[in-house]
Order: sequence, then structure tokens, then C-alpha cells
Amino acid sequence: MTLRGKVRSFLIWAALAAAIAVPITVAATSPLLAWRDSIYIAAGLAGVVGLALLLVQPLLAGGLLPGLPLRLARRLHGLVGAGLLAAVVVHVAGLWLTSPPDVLDALLFRSPTDFSAWGVVALWAVLAAAGMAALRGRLRPAVWRLLHVMLALVIVIGTVVHALLIDGTMGIVSKAVLCAVVLVAAAKVVVDQRLLADLRRLASRDGRRRTARRQTQA
Amino acid sequence: MTHAPLPRRSLLGAATLGAALATGASGLIVPARAQGLAPTPSMRGGANNYRPGAPIVERIGGGGFWLTGTVRRAGDGAPLPRVRIQAWAHTTEGHERDERSHGATLTDANGVFRIEMPQIVPAFGQAHGHLAYDAAHDDNGFATVFLRPVLRSARDTSLTADFVLRPA
Repeated sequence: MTLRGKVRSFLIWAALAAAIAVPITVAATSPLLAWRDSIYIAAGLAGVVGLALLLVQPLLAGGLLPGLPLRLARRLHGLVGAGLLAAVVVHVAGLWLTSPPDVLDALLFRSPTDFSAWGVVALWAVLAAAGMAALRGRLRPAVWRLLHVMLALVIVIGTVVHALLIDGTMGIVSKAVLCAVVLVAAAKVVVDQRLLADLRRLASRDGRRRTARRQTQA
Repeated sequence: MTHAPLPRRSLLGAATLGAALATGASGLIVPARAQGLAPTPSMRGGANNYRPGAPIVERIGGGGFWLTGTVRRAGDGAPLPRVRIQAWAHTTEGHERDERSHGATLTDANGVFRIEMPQIVPAFGQAHGHLAYDAAHDDNGFATVFLRPVLRSARDTSLTADFVLRPA
């Protein structure tokens, strides 16, 4: 690796570490924690960790982290996905223990706070993505990837709006910066994946198959 | 340099429209007849973590934060004295579900209530309070209403919520 490459690699890893560590540290030292019990604190922090993992996920999927072979990155993507699922479960379960009626309202989409619905949509998308991970191999790779990326976008947008609308333990600036880089990373990987080309290929292949079938029948 | 005079009618029209917008937006319309004063509907999530029948207290916990408002009768808008209002919130002294976070008070002769409680802090994403008029714990015979007002800023040290009650 050239010196320039080494510097670039260091800067990328340092920026990633800062984008994740700063908002978690700010949230973990929020004055609001003084007035919350440990279950509520854990529930809130699990949400912050989940948001931070959403920055790692596209970087791993797209092989954008220097020094990480793509094969290893993809394996880590699966593990971090499991971690994201765990963070979401702790987040919702902890909030449920803290205030069951508020969580029930959110899950039933009758909450007075707009951010709840965004969070619950993201929650269902995380569960769907986890379920789909089990179906890998049974769907055509292009179809699987298309569905997975669509769920990933719902998760990212839902979570970012959810987080931004909340007046909670996260610092306003570090939260906004983390949300912005999460959106940029997700957008970059989705664009790089050339999903539209995939879609066109799927459509044209199905079209050819239908034409062929018609010709055999005739 | 002279200015062309603006047509008087359009000026008046703009003023009337402006006044209508101002009163409409602030909700300060005072009808000639108050017969139409509509009852306050319960707010979404207003009843969450309610503990029925909290005692009437001088203040909740150490105080420092004021929850105030009025209670009036639907229709004629008459102020309602001696109506029991219960309040609770996530404060510096406890979660919403905690018994020590709840307390009640009675309206005065002018239908005004004032409850002192610990500072409300953001919880579940928003700094907010809860208030209840509960028919099961009041003899005035109005229908139950739950309110969930939100603080404009988490630094506010007071919050206002008004009830317009209809007979049960």
C-alpha cells in the first residue's frame, strides 16, 4: 500500500470510529439518564447502537472499508445484521418494560408522536430482512438482493426520521451528523449496486421466457 | 415623489382577513353566544400510565414546575369550581408509572387549577404531561377526558392545559 493509500485508509477508519463513538458517548453521558432507571437507559442506548450499526452495514455490503477483503466484509455484514436485530429487540423490549401502553400505541400506529410510526415501520423491515436472510439461496440472487436492498432502505429512512424527531439522550449535532452519513453510505451502496440494471435484466429475461413459451404453445 | 393611494376597500378586506386568520390560528375566537363551546376531546395516549384515584395533594414531590389550566362547561363555557383534576408525568423524581409521580387537585371558584410538581423531563421522545378528569373519581357528573400536552421546550417550567367538559 502506498503512503497515500495508508493515509486514506486510516482516515476512513478514523472517521467511521468517530461517527459511531461520538454520538454513543454523548448519549451515554446525557443528563437525562439521571432521571431514568437502568432498563430505560439500556433501551435508549440500544436504539443509538442500532442507528450506529446502520452506518457499518452498507460499508460492509459495498466493500468500502479499506483493508477488508470483500468476502470477509460480507460475512461481517451478516453478523452485524444479527447484532442490529438484537439491538432492536433490546430497544423495544426495554421500552415495553418502561411504559407498556406507549409501546402498544406505537405498535398499533395510534401513538401521539410521529416518530413512533417511523420506528415501527423500520422495526418490521428489520424483522423482514432477518426472515429473508433465512431464505437466501431459495430465491434468485437478483430478486433476493433487490428485496434486501428495498428493506434496507426502509430500515435506514425509517430509523433516521425516527431518530431525528426524538427529543432524547442523543446530542443534536452528533445525531444529525451520524444520520447524514448513514444516508450517504446507504445511497452510495445502492447506486453502486446498479439495481436498476438488475431490474431491467430480470424484466427482459422474464419477457423472453414468456415469448418463448408462447412460441412453443403455437 | 407621490404614492398612488391604495384602494380603501382592499385595505379593509386585508385587515379583516388578517384579523380572521389571527384569531383562527390562535384559537381565540369568542363567539357572540358562547352556547357553542365544544367539549375537549381526549388526546391520543392521554391515559397512558394513569393510576386512578391519586390523592389530592398540596404538591407532587418537591415541586418547582407548574401545571395550570381551566375547567369549563361545554356549551355556555361556565367555569366549573371544585372539579378534581389528576396530573402525572415523567419528572426529575420518577417515571410516569410511579405512584409518587401522580397527584390531584381541585379547581377554585373560577374553574382554575394549579398543580406544582417536579420538573418534567423528556421521556419517550417528548417532554410531556398527562392530565385527567375522571368521572369515576369526581361527583360533578361530567364525561372522562384525558389530556397529553407537550412542552414547547424541555426547559419550560410550566405547562397549560384547559378542559371543556360535557355532562356524562
